[in-house]
Amino acid sequence: MNRIRSAFENGKAFIPFITCGDPDLETTAKTVREAVKNGADLIELGIPFSDPTAEGPVIQGANIRALAGGVTTDKIFDLVRDLRADVKIPLVFMTYANVVFSYGSERFISTCREIGIDGLILPDLPFEERDEFLPTCRKYGIALIPLIAPTSENRIAMIAKEAEGFIYVVSSLGVTGMRSEIKTDIGAIVKVIRENTDIPCAVGFGISTPEQAAKMSALSDGAIVGSAIIKILEKYGKDAAPYVGEYVRSMKEAM
Amino acid sequence: MSSSRGRFGIHGGQYIPETLMNAVIELEAAYNRYKDDPDFNRELNALLNDYAGRPSRLYYAEKMTRDLGGAKIYLKREDLNHTGAHKINNVLGQALLAKRMGKTRLIAETGAGQHGVATATAAALMGMECVVFMGEEDTKRQALNVYRMKLLGSEVIPVKTGTATLKDAVSEAMREWTRRISDTHYCLGSVMGPHPFPTIVRDFQAVISREIKEQLFEKEGRLPDAVIACVGGGSNAIGSFYHFIGDESVALIGCEAAGRGIDTFETAATVNTGRLGIFHGMKSYFCQDEFGQIAPVYSISAGLDYPGIGPEHAHLHDIGRAQYVPITDDEAVEAFEYLAKTEGIIPAIESAHAVAYAKKIAPNMGKDKIIVVTLSGRGDKDCAAIARYRGEDINE
Repeated sequence: MNRIRSAFENGKAFIPFITCGDPDLETTAKTVREAVKNGADLIELGIPFSDPTAEGPVIQGANIRALAGGVTTDKIFDLVRDLRADVKIPLVFMTYANVVFSYGSERFISTCREIGIDGLILPDLPFEERDEFLPTCRKYGIALIPLIAPTSENRIAMIAKEAEGFIYVVSSLGVTGMRSEIKTDIGAIVKVIRENTDIPCAVGFGISTPEQAAKMSALSDGAIVGSAIIKILEKYGKDAAPYVGEYVRSMKEAM
Repeated sequence: MSSSRGRFGIHGGQYIPETLMNAVIELEAAYNRYKDDPDFNRELNALLNDYAGRPSRLYYAEKMTRDLGGAKIYLKREDLNHTGAHKINNVLGQALLAKRMGKTRLIAETGAGQHGVATATAAALMGMECVVFMGEEDTKRQALNVYRMKLLGSEVIPVKTGTATLKDAVSEAMREWTRRISDTHYCLGSVMGPHPFPTIVRDFQAVISREIKEQLFEKEGRLPDAVIACVGGGSNAIGSFYHFIGDESVALIGCEAAGRGIDTFETAATVNTGRLGIFHGMKSYFCQDEFGQIAPVYSISAGLDYPGIGPEHAHLHDIGRAQYVPITDDEAVEAFEYLAKTEGIIPAIESAHAVAYAKKIAPNMGKDKIIVVTLSGRGDKDCAAIARYRGEDINE
């Protein structure tokens, strides 16, 4: 069994997203360890992409800073090798299709297996295109984590039925970023998911406060937070790790 | 088993966020419903003819032919269309389709501003709201077109991310579409992006090659030996090629923007310097680094300053049916000036890339050969930038 399941066995899962290399890889390593110490159940590690079309300004900024700092896919693989010396929770990569494709799908995905990555989230890879990477992911036991959006409607059942790892439920229209209010009927989406699979699902996009995390995870199996964490990294730079840790604890406690 | 749609060989597909999937599926269904619908086509043809000024002329460039001393050169005058470029062909089709789908708002990306102006024009004509995304760098290079769009009632949003050029404008338009789908149609300007856009835009631009074929048959009683067009995403080129793809004797030549040269980093020649990748909704060739980061490309031409190429072109390249040649800034500027002085026609700097290649090959071809060069747009918008390139500062 893929270790992702274990992230959902300790109450509701809190899933932080961290862009690797923002502002540098040492800070990323420290921040990941702080997040683990403070209750993160699974971590999404972002491999930066030059043109992240699903991201709002905050995560776009993190991508630009990381790439400007000279981060590459190979350096991020080394970071994960280092983290895996002591980090036991599931880790997944979040990046764009071209980062995987251009590296060579087989080479990228087999390296994921070797270094202890459990899953892959590609926001520009919809259900219809999953065969680009799915056979290779299955070969190496890497979960290709699908996304379901507020506009998915008649597609939810189809996507849920074949889901692996967990399902990323996109809370709102538009790109990533903090929102004061989430208007989508998450309960209705989760209901259709439940009718079709027992794979866990977590809600992301727009969650920043403990209240939102509590509300969204009550409707599902967990909450994913990106922009709010990137904001802390943007503010504190190399000193951000303890602040992220504190934030993770406050979110996990609220859930 | 793959359920991927919209492939040209290995290229194409729909690599987009899940949020947009139902929107492109709905668009494909609407297009399939209306593309052969007599009422839809009657309305579109009336607009193309009475509003946009089609058919565009096929002009025999006699002085240029004599000067080069080889093949006979015809110019397909898309620059004479209303709004000054081929972009209007596609936009009128998509805007009509969007209206049939009940959409009230158009969004678009633009590079040189020609597609933005065409979209703003169609929106004004059809009473739709319009928002155009344009790289901040391009709003400076093409200030006149920014003003035209505003005059036509559109909002123009300067995009400051990345290289602040066409690719960033596409990214931002895609982001906007994921934010607001129900009333909004993304009027994509080239034969790129996710399926069904490369097919829809090609079909609306195919009028160019249909007319070339008829007009040349009337004038010469035969097919051309070569058709030459500039390629960024590749909409005027695919429009110029489409009805000749089955005619193996016709050489199809796309001219890519080489910028300062394909041996430099300041280039936008995708087929000549890029490699296979996945970006902006499609699998195709892209300028990128070894880790798949999209390259910050460069060309003097804002309309060709794009790191990718439409999937059907990538396929025509793979199977050897079309060839894609690099043309530098210097060559394009020289051709821009040449056509102005020789024929009294100022071409868009994009189209000047095609003129430049015709200049190269015509002298080596026999006088019994025929080349058709598509002038995708007119060059008024470029005069200030070319003057600057030549070290002259003029007030726009």
